[in-house]
Amino acid sequence: MKILALDSSGLVASVALVEDDTLVAEYTMNYKKTHSQTLLPMLDEIKKAVELDLETLDAIAVAAGPGSFTGLRIGSATAKGLGLALNKPLIGVPTLEALAYNLYDTAPGTLVCPIMDARRKQVYTGVYAFENHNLITIKDQAALPMDELIRELNSLERPVIFLGDGVPVFRDMIAERCQVPYSFAPAHLNRQRAGAVAALGAVYYKEGRTQRPEEHQPEYLRVSQAERERAKRLAKNGEA
Amino acid sequence: MGKEEVLILAIESSCDETAAAVVKNGRTVLSNVISSQIDLHKLYGGVVPEIASRKHIEKINQVIEEALQEANISLDDLDAIGVTYGPGLVGALLVGVAEAKAISFAKNIPLVGVHHIEGHIAANYVENPDLEPPFLCLVVSGGHTHLVIVKDYGEFEILGRTRDDAAGEAFDKVARAIGLGYPGGPKIDKLAKEGNPQAMDFPKAKIEDAPYDFSFSGVKSAVLNYLNKCRMQGEEIVTADVAASFQRCVVEVLVEHAMAAARDYHIDKLAIAGGVASNSGLRCAMEKACEENNIKFYHPSPILCTDNAAMIGAAAYYEYKKGTRHGWDLNAVPNLKLGER
Repeated sequence: MKILALDSSGLVASVALVEDDTLVAEYTMNYKKTHSQTLLPMLDEIKKAVELDLETLDAIAVAAGPGSFTGLRIGSATAKGLGLALNKPLIGVPTLEALAYNLYDTAPGTLVCPIMDARRKQVYTGVYAFENHNLITIKDQAALPMDELIRELNSLERPVIFLGDGVPVFRDMIAERCQVPYSFAPAHLNRQRAGAVAALGAVYYKEGRTQRPEEHQPEYLRVSQAERERAKRLAKNGEA
Repeated sequence: MGKEEVLILAIESSCDETAAAVVKNGRTVLSNVISSQIDLHKLYGGVVPEIASRKHIEKINQVIEEALQEANISLDDLDAIGVTYGPGLVGALLVGVAEAKAISFAKNIPLVGVHHIEGHIAANYVENPDLEPPFLCLVVSGGHTHLVIVKDYGEFEILGRTRDDAAGEAFDKVARAIGLGYPGGPKIDKLAKEGNPQAMDFPKAKIEDAPYDFSFSGVKSAVLNYLNKCRMQGEEIVTADVAASFQRCVVEVLVEHAMAAARDYHIDKLAIAGGVASNSGLRCAMEKACEENNIKFYHPSPILCTDNAAMIGAAAYYEYKKGTRHGWDLNAVPNLKLGER
């Protein structure tokens, strides 16, 4: 089974090719956010370097959100275009599940908590653990105020490993308020990696969790600002 | 078959229409599919970029597949893929650009990035087989007002542009002020037919040293002031008269500038393009002026005036013939200038 994976959900742009249990190629860059210009050239590099015949792919996995709205759409549109042209299914892998999968088989009892900076003092986050070599969702991915997440983690009373681009933003708050033992994942595991998207995508593929390219769209976890403001206005007018 | 025929799949997502089309040799439209989001944006009185971008990603594959099906071709039949890469809303443009690049990449089909306004101009080629450069073109839409000489395919000299509001933008703002809602252009056009265009006079801006430039914020403000004054003094507002008079003032400026340019540059062919080119007042006035001045007048039918991908396919064809090819690093350029490469 051959899976191509893309992740452009955050600052990192990443492309990977996984064949069965082997990561054949991965190209990950965390340098300026110009995904529109870099993502496809990165895929092209991989294609040339490993002589990839795109027709031999079984599916295209993509980090399907949450994340930067524009970044997600660059990844999704690229995946949808490839899927349409190659007539291959897509696998939308939730961004935070793929991030958590970086820390595969973390000791049972220890929680994996990816946090992505979502601005406005919030994070996109989820809480995960590994049981019997499977990723278990303790708390489904959501946009939350960081202090609320820390309160929840405190109430779970289990050690936690943080990762993601929210770590540098909220490191001080974690130090101040986190009452459970915690640590931070190291550099090679603490950001989005398309290798993890591909590996988890392969699990989902076997479970039949694929989409037709036209069905796929990102999961933003947030409505647009205009919709938020309109809802607020309507609620206010309703009260008056 | 010797490769006499050039088939291009074109994709357009610069604003609030998700569109795909298949065009043969730049002039024959085999399919032209448009998924409009207008009802979504009506709630907000204008296009909301994030909502537009979300809708694009949701619809783009269906629209492309429908365009291929209607044209009765497969991707393997294509010679190139054309895509709008600017100007427009960056998030919206990026969806079309990323999708087009991925399809080109996967199928190894040449990629041709197209300027949105060059697309509008090229819409005239579709229904006018005899139209060839050089000609004068007035591009009027919600985001643009340009008076250009099309010197050759893909070669432009900009004579004038708006200094502030685009013509279509002024229509939208006035429409909102008299309670017509979004989009304003077609609604004002319709209402204007019931009103007296001479009922009131609004100022027509002239710009010193730039005789072909436009300014529409003055006429817009004059309308808004007039409405305010009426409301303060409790006078009845005849909205049809306001619409007709406002439209007349805008149209007169557009026609006057176009005629002056045609005269000064000795050009005997004039085309109009863009969303406002489907305004009936503009069409009538321009047609009449062209007739009086012995200028041949061209205009696309309304479906090709609004944003669509057929026009992008027409423009892409001439770029393709010139050898323009874009790489996998093609980016959306929200403020791309006309004629920029």
